[in-house]
Amino acid sequence: MPPHPALSPTGGEDEGEGGDNMTERKIRILVAKPGLDGHDRGAKVVARALRDAGFEVIYTGLHQTAEQIVATAVQEDVDVIGLSILSGTQMIVFPRILELLREHGATHIAVIGGGTILPKEMRELKAMGVVELWGVDSSTQEIVSWLQARFR
Amino acid sequence: MFDPKKLEAIRRELQAWEKNELAGFQARKPERKRSFTTLSARPIRRLYSPADLEAFDYSERLGYPGQYPFTRGPYPTMYRAQPWTMRQIAGFGTARATNERLKFLITQGQTGLSVDFDMPTLMGYDSDDPRASGEVGREGVAVDTLADVEELFDGIDLSSISVSMTINPTAWILLAMYVALAERRGIAKDQLSGTVQNDIIKEFTAQKEWIYPVKPSLRIVRDSILYSVRHLPHYNPVNISGYHIREAGSTAVQEAAFTLAAGIAYVDEVRKSGLDVDAFAPRLSFYFISHSDFFEEIAKFRAARRVWARIMKERFGARKPESMRLRFHCQTAGSSLTAVQPLNNVARTAYQALAAVLGGCQSLHTNGMDEALAIPSEEAMKLALRTQQILLEETGVASSIDPVGGSYLLESLTDQTEKEIWEYLERIDKMGGTVAALERNFFQQEIADAAYGYQVAKEKGEKTVVGVNRYREPEPEEPTIPLHTVDPRTEQLQKERLARAKRERDAARVAKLLEELREVARTDENLMPVTLECVRAHATLGEIVGALKDVFGVYREPIVF
Repeated sequence: MPPHPALSPTGGEDEGEGGDNMTERKIRILVAKPGLDGHDRGAKVVARALRDAGFEVIYTGLHQTAEQIVATAVQEDVDVIGLSILSGTQMIVFPRILELLREHGATHIAVIGGGTILPKEMRELKAMGVVELWGVDSSTQEIVSWLQARFR
Repeated sequence: MFDPKKLEAIRRELQAWEKNELAGFQARKPERKRSFTTLSARPIRRLYSPADLEAFDYSERLGYPGQYPFTRGPYPTMYRAQPWTMRQIAGFGTARATNERLKFLITQGQTGLSVDFDMPTLMGYDSDDPRASGEVGREGVAVDTLADVEELFDGIDLSSISVSMTINPTAWILLAMYVALAERRGIAKDQLSGTVQNDIIKEFTAQKEWIYPVKPSLRIVRDSILYSVRHLPHYNPVNISGYHIREAGSTAVQEAAFTLAAGIAYVDEVRKSGLDVDAFAPRLSFYFISHSDFFEEIAKFRAARRVWARIMKERFGARKPESMRLRFHCQTAGSSLTAVQPLNNVARTAYQALAAVLGGCQSLHTNGMDEALAIPSEEAMKLALRTQQILLEETGVASSIDPVGGSYLLESLTDQTEKEIWEYLERIDKMGGTVAALERNFFQQEIADAAYGYQVAKEKGEKTVVGVNRYREPEPEEPTIPLHTVDPRTEQLQKERLARAKRERDAARVAKLLEELREVARTDENLMPVTLECVRAHATLGEIVGALKDVFGVYREPIVF
């Protein structure tokens, strides 16, 4: 994954590292686990695959509220939020995240996700504004390729 | 086991076979893979023979069922006298909804009960807590007060059926509620049998439902074990679990080793209170997965029994055989199930169940075919139960004890597994023990590495998942099997139940008892008696958890991926 020109309209004053500031930067992805569920295998595997593919990955850790996730996303100036949900709460959490992003004026952050999500629910969530979703049998390469294509 | 001269002859025959038979055949028809490995990426050789069991001493390595080192099974008669308990887990919605499912399973021939709780109950939030919103009754049954536990087991005779409760950081509260329910029904404590999972160590390493920091969490486990040993002679106060470690991505050896390491930590913790090891070790129970790699799993169960027996005897100086025999519940592998072609999961689960039984499990949950999509439907659970009934009553595998024992492959693999478990246990000891290793994120990192390694192997096609990376089909628009749906009224109904329970209780008494609970928590006294007082007075689960947060604080997760 080559470095990518910053897409964020607000972004990039403080890259933290100094050096070749602002002209180019890696795509920043927040991998997040909303709610009380502890199934973090998928989130961690995806986080690591994205990091290995050259993305900058921030992982929230477990038991995050939607408010905490959006606050982190805004504070870390990410390009993408990836939610991992295996608790059946997808139809509640995704809309809430989208709503909070609107409230924060941060709709430029793309919301994607994966987990035990049925095809019908995927269609509904995409209609609400979730950009892409993957089921439990998906490969990390599918996700990496999709992100590379989107941010090419 | 073999006469040295005979063994020498076998070696020569083997070499001759490789030279004269195998080499030419292979040249004409190469094998289908360059190397064959287990699901945990361990090499498997073409053929096993007596040559692989050179130093094998039958009496020392295997012995007899019900005797040290228990490789062949914890009991002398195994399934001939006592078939494994068929224990399908159930839990969703309100206590009323789950009660109906439990009764349904009993009418279908299930022989033990197992209850799953919703995330707020597991994590210590009441159903009216903002953190519980959207999760009430979704992944398990919602429990706030004793009234919910009463309804959960309404019409079920708890003196005649054993009940397993999958609950951890709040386990001591559910145990108290269970005891309080038995008191109300006039059931003597020595009539209660069952298990509470209560394995907090694997929560920190794998399942990730935690509340308090490590040390007070261990103290709670210790207190519930001590209470149970004193008052509930037939109850298992902890179910030391590898299942979640494996589901989080570990290898088979890691699953066994990390589980036994947790066992060691609990024994240490309880012994510190001055109790003799033989006074409580017989009540420790275990829980393993049965995954897809047939022989690797059977070897794992047998090796785990052998290692635990030696740990108890040599490390802890146990004298009672019951302290040394490892008993375990088993569940087929949830993460092996696929969302696509869900009927394939029936076949997967059946093979995994067979491995569990050949490995000598004491109770078994077979997964529903729909569990990669939703929590299981009644129909899926019935089929999973029937799979066990067919296994017990039609296949004949339960007629003889440890029927695959003696297989050259299996004994080699059992020995190898044992050796690798010991290597891990030594590493953990060198780090200062299980708790020190946990605080250094050793387990978490090992599991994350193994999970990622497996994912990479799967994506390279080195590991086949039928329907996913081979034999794919166009995906149907909708699932082809009926799925469980969540009753949208659950959260509201449960909040109303909770409000009623709070209205009808003596609030001043609850406040006083919660303050007593805090007081006890500040000392080293056992938390169970005062918790029992709290639940009898209908203090809520969230209130009890909250009172101890005031004293113990909360755990902060180290981020490892």
